[in-house]
Amino acid sequence: SAFTSGVSLESSPNTMEHIKCPILQEIMKWNGWGYVDSKFQFNKKGQAEFTGKRYRLSGMVMPALKEWFESTFGASLQHKTPAIPNSSAVQPPILNEAFVEDLKSTGIPFSQDAEDRVFRAHGHCLHEIFALREGKVGRVPDMVVWPSNHNDVVKIVELACKHNVCLIPYGGGTSVSSALECPPEETRTIVSVDTSQMNRILWIDEKNLTAHVEAGIVGQELERLLNESGYCTGHEPDSMEFSSLGGWVATRASGMKKNIYGNIEDLVVHIRMVTPQGVIEKSCQGPRMSTGPDIHHFILGSEGTLGVVTEVTMKIRPMPEYQKYGSVVFPNFEQGVACLREVLTLITNVFAGHALKPQKFYITKFKGFDPNRLCVATLLFEGDRERVLQHEKQVYDIAAKFGGLAAGEDNGQRGYMLTFVIAYLRDLGMDYYVIGESFETSVPWDRVLDICRNVKERIIRECKERGVQFPPLSTCRVTQTYDAGACVYFYFAFNYRGLSDPVHVYEQVEHAARDEILANGGSLSHHHGVGKLRKEWMRETVSRVGMGMLKSVKDYVDPGNIFGNRNLL
Amino acid sequence: FLYVHRDPMLKKRDDFEDILEERRNCSDLRYALKCYTPVVYKGLTPCKAGVLKNMVLQSDQLHYVINQVSKETGKAPEDVQEEASAILEEMAHRMQLSTVRFFAFTLCKVFKTLFRSICVNEEGIQRLQQAIQEHPVVLLPSHRSYMDFLLMSYILFTYDLALPVIAAGMDFMGMKIVGEMLRMSGAFFIRRSFGGDKLYWAVFSEYVKTILKNGLAPVEFFLEGTRSRTAKSLTPKLGLLNIVMDPFLKGEVFDINVVPVSISYERILEETLYARELLGVPKPKESTSGLFKARRVLSEDYGSIHVYFGQPVSVRSLAEGRVNRCQFNLTPRHIPKRPSDDVHSFVNAAAYRLVRAQEENMVLKPWVLLASLLLQNHHQDLDQDRALTEEALWLRDVCRQYGAFLHWPDHVPPSEVVSSSLDLHRGLVRISEGRVRLAVEHAGPSEEQLLNQAVVVLSCASYRNQALHVFLRPALLASAMHIATSSNKQEVFNSFSFLRNMFSNEFILCPGATMQDFEEACFLLVKTGVLQITEQEVLSTHRGHRTLAFLTRMMDPFLQGYQVICMFLCEEASEALTEKTFIPAVRGFMVKQLLSGRLRYTEVLSSDLQKNALAALLRLGAVLKTKGYVDY
Repeated sequence: SAFTSGVSLESSPNTMEHIKCPILQEIMKWNGWGYVDSKFQFNKKGQAEFTGKRYRLSGMVMPALKEWFESTFGASLQHKTPAIPNSSAVQPPILNEAFVEDLKSTGIPFSQDAEDRVFRAHGHCLHEIFALREGKVGRVPDMVVWPSNHNDVVKIVELACKHNVCLIPYGGGTSVSSALECPPEETRTIVSVDTSQMNRILWIDEKNLTAHVEAGIVGQELERLLNESGYCTGHEPDSMEFSSLGGWVATRASGMKKNIYGNIEDLVVHIRMVTPQGVIEKSCQGPRMSTGPDIHHFILGSEGTLGVVTEVTMKIRPMPEYQKYGSVVFPNFEQGVACLREVLTLITNVFAGHALKPQKFYITKFKGFDPNRLCVATLLFEGDRERVLQHEKQVYDIAAKFGGLAAGEDNGQRGYMLTFVIAYLRDLGMDYYVIGESFETSVPWDRVLDICRNVKERIIRECKERGVQFPPLSTCRVTQTYDAGACVYFYFAFNYRGLSDPVHVYEQVEHAARDEILANGGSLSHHHGVGKLRKEWMRETVSRVGMGMLKSVKDYVDPGNIFGNRNLL
Repeated sequence: FLYVHRDPMLKKRDDFEDILEERRNCSDLRYALKCYTPVVYKGLTPCKAGVLKNMVLQSDQLHYVINQVSKETGKAPEDVQEEASAILEEMAHRMQLSTVRFFAFTLCKVFKTLFRSICVNEEGIQRLQQAIQEHPVVLLPSHRSYMDFLLMSYILFTYDLALPVIAAGMDFMGMKIVGEMLRMSGAFFIRRSFGGDKLYWAVFSEYVKTILKNGLAPVEFFLEGTRSRTAKSLTPKLGLLNIVMDPFLKGEVFDINVVPVSISYERILEETLYARELLGVPKPKESTSGLFKARRVLSEDYGSIHVYFGQPVSVRSLAEGRVNRCQFNLTPRHIPKRPSDDVHSFVNAAAYRLVRAQEENMVLKPWVLLASLLLQNHHQDLDQDRALTEEALWLRDVCRQYGAFLHWPDHVPPSEVVSSSLDLHRGLVRISEGRVRLAVEHAGPSEEQLLNQAVVVLSCASYRNQALHVFLRPALLASAMHIATSSNKQEVFNSFSFLRNMFSNEFILCPGATMQDFEEACFLLVKTGVLQITEQEVLSTHRGHRTLAFLTRMMDPFLQGYQVICMFLCEEASEALTEKTFIPAVRGFMVKQLLSGRLRYTEVLSSDLQKNALAALLRLGAVLKTKGYVDY
């Protein structure tokens, strides 16, 4: 192993003034998902292909995609809605000169460049990306700073308090809750605190199987570095290529292997956060404590309203000896859900990930099954070889009881791969009048089928009532399972030709769908968070007293509302 | 006050088609054996009666209650399960297409002898067909006759629509063969009362919900709970409505379509039967032989029937903004719970709305107007050609202005309309030398004569009652003006509100809608030039006198009835009465008063009115109920 336990890996503190930070927008799209070089497009023959070299799908031609795209949405390659290449004029920054002066003296790199600011003014909600594609830019941060370690953050927060400047922490920028949007009414200088340079593993403790990591590290980098020393965290949210550890903590993230490794709240052992009142952290790394309410739970899900998470001690595990993908096709969604429920009561800890989708997408035909109703579960088994094989057999046996048939490793692996490229599909749609998004909830088992049916139907009905000319795509998938329930994703997209304000229609439909989710016993969010998009439902979600509790924490920790992104409350 | 009402004259209603016409020209047998392929609810997997029973018996809901009952009573769960199974056996329908075809054939014959036509709005049928495909459907017909549910199934069969399962009272079961045949044509039977029987309730509600949730068949029941003997709509019963709305409120279905159906009979088969019943002659127990004795009935002409399938009402849109469905999030949905206050008031308001929808689409025949006029003048003869026809034409116009669904054949000379109406109801009128009056002998001093007179009056009143909903609000206002001490608007409103409150067991008056009703009444009477309303005052116009007089006279029998009951309670009822003795005691008192000439309206003898008055007095706290005794 390259690392010995307990050894600090901290590199020498940087002394350089104004290191120019790598310009993210050179490799990442400023108005769409992911890498600049990776995207779906239709080639000259009208066939869909995925560009670049980064993904297994890269360079592949997918003739079926065009037909699916056209028949699902009524879209046509003739009707294009290309993105505008540049953004319109960005408002000049509102600068607090005294703050800028003090900041300069710290030597922490910062920028007032328009592109840097625009890049950090948004997440990936539909309305955010749609506006960018039209070149529209609203309130953006006035500056971006790049702290390179915990102490830098302490300095920045101190200065912000001193000069009454608004700070918005920025990790991977993958938010889908309007959490990164600058409040338009904010008149102070808004500083985006980009944690991307705080991306080191500070130490690995092999005795206790923990790693101490700077919070700006992004998921794939964290996994890559840990893998080098034979470990992993097992935390793999769909956004793991871009989302950061600090972001996971701030939103209560969940990964697709959580059935083995746990969600972020199960994985953290220690959190360090810089707040306007100072640094909050625990005094030891005991695996569990009875010391009043767990202060980690004020931080987990605080969505950047209390401070900047700088360092996290996380549980790690040796890399799995053996990994096996799998898939099962069920005659219908109902059977699939019943099977997942059963699998969960019988087997824990090995059955890693699974997703259950009722929509034919990569398996379109299967012997004897009604193609309009069939549903696929993708599986991933991890652990030692013997147990993996044993559990694989168990799962397939259970599946058989529910009419499920094994559909091969390839289909399973393809399913997993698709979770990473699916976000690129939206950009393709947006080139051709199709807009859409996914949103999620968590719901008790007995409600899963009801909520799926009702929300899908509500979406279809709302689209009709709001003048959408084409039948929308309205589908769902079970992505996580718990003892007491499941996480359900809804996918909603439609062809907006003929609508004057498609984003408004989209938002109204999503709003109605969320109302329907809540009325059917679903939660406001399973892991995306609340941000500003779902704030209006917080009070009914956590009760008046609950809101009061959260508010009083905010009032104590940040009385000057330095962390003024106005999320959550 | 704001007048926001749509003009009732503008109400759009569908046209009718006579479904008997075709039957008179082609073979009934071929019709009964026709290919029957109804459209069904989407995603429906057809299911046999046995499968349905298993679904019910294996439901979480029933399991929960079985365990609960077992714990409470100490019986073994298996025994309770057996009981549940037996209840289900007694209750469940066993629909068979062959029986349906048999009924279709027989009913063809019967209907063609009894009725001139059976008119159905085809657009309503099309809407229903659409509704059945989209969401589970609940059919809510009005209930005026035993005929109603056979008629409904007959119509649905005729139009190739899914046959409903129908909630029927257990009393039908008394009719051995007929009961079983009804069961095989889709009826399921519920006990009239099962107050505290948890298990019964659980089986019953789960049975209905299972049919509904799975869209196995439209569920049909009568909101009014029983046949209205007076032809007035009855205060809706909420039990079944609660059950059918539950799957929507708990998110088990996306929506439910509720379809109010208005069945109007030009002449009711049970006409005099009802009148006798209201006068205290006990209701004959339903028996097969009794039904056959009714064969005499077959030789008479009962005019036509109009069946109007109303606009399907989406329960989802009814509940929008009125019920917070999140209230079901914190308890497992299979644990039975009393409806919360907001659910209760929502279901209650919905029930009233649906009954109003039934009322609005009831077809009124000219006879209804004649009956109203004859009742108001029943002590004098009317000149048929002039007085009666002229009055009827006047009333026809008023009626239309109020938005009534009146079928007055405008292409036929009015005098002919009047005489053919009188002819159809010749049992209730006496015509001699061009003069018309009700068929009442001027009562002598005997009680028997009085009761005979009352039979005719109550029969006639049942036709007038069909139009009551049209006149009710203006009539309450007219009466309010009559009893108010001044024309001050607030005072008139107070009187209106008092009367409305008093009569809310008597007529369909939506709870909490006093202001809307007042405004509607004002709107209609101002629009028709009867009243002038200023900031401060409600004034009658000169030409409005006739309408006001008609309207107040319409209310008079009810007012007098309630008054005399109060009088009885004050003067006669010296000791506490039981609920059982109340009606006979009041009746005796009233008979005395009528015979001595101190009371004008024989109509007050109606036990319906007496019961309603008692319920109102109880509700208003004027009378107290203590351990089964009625005190005042």
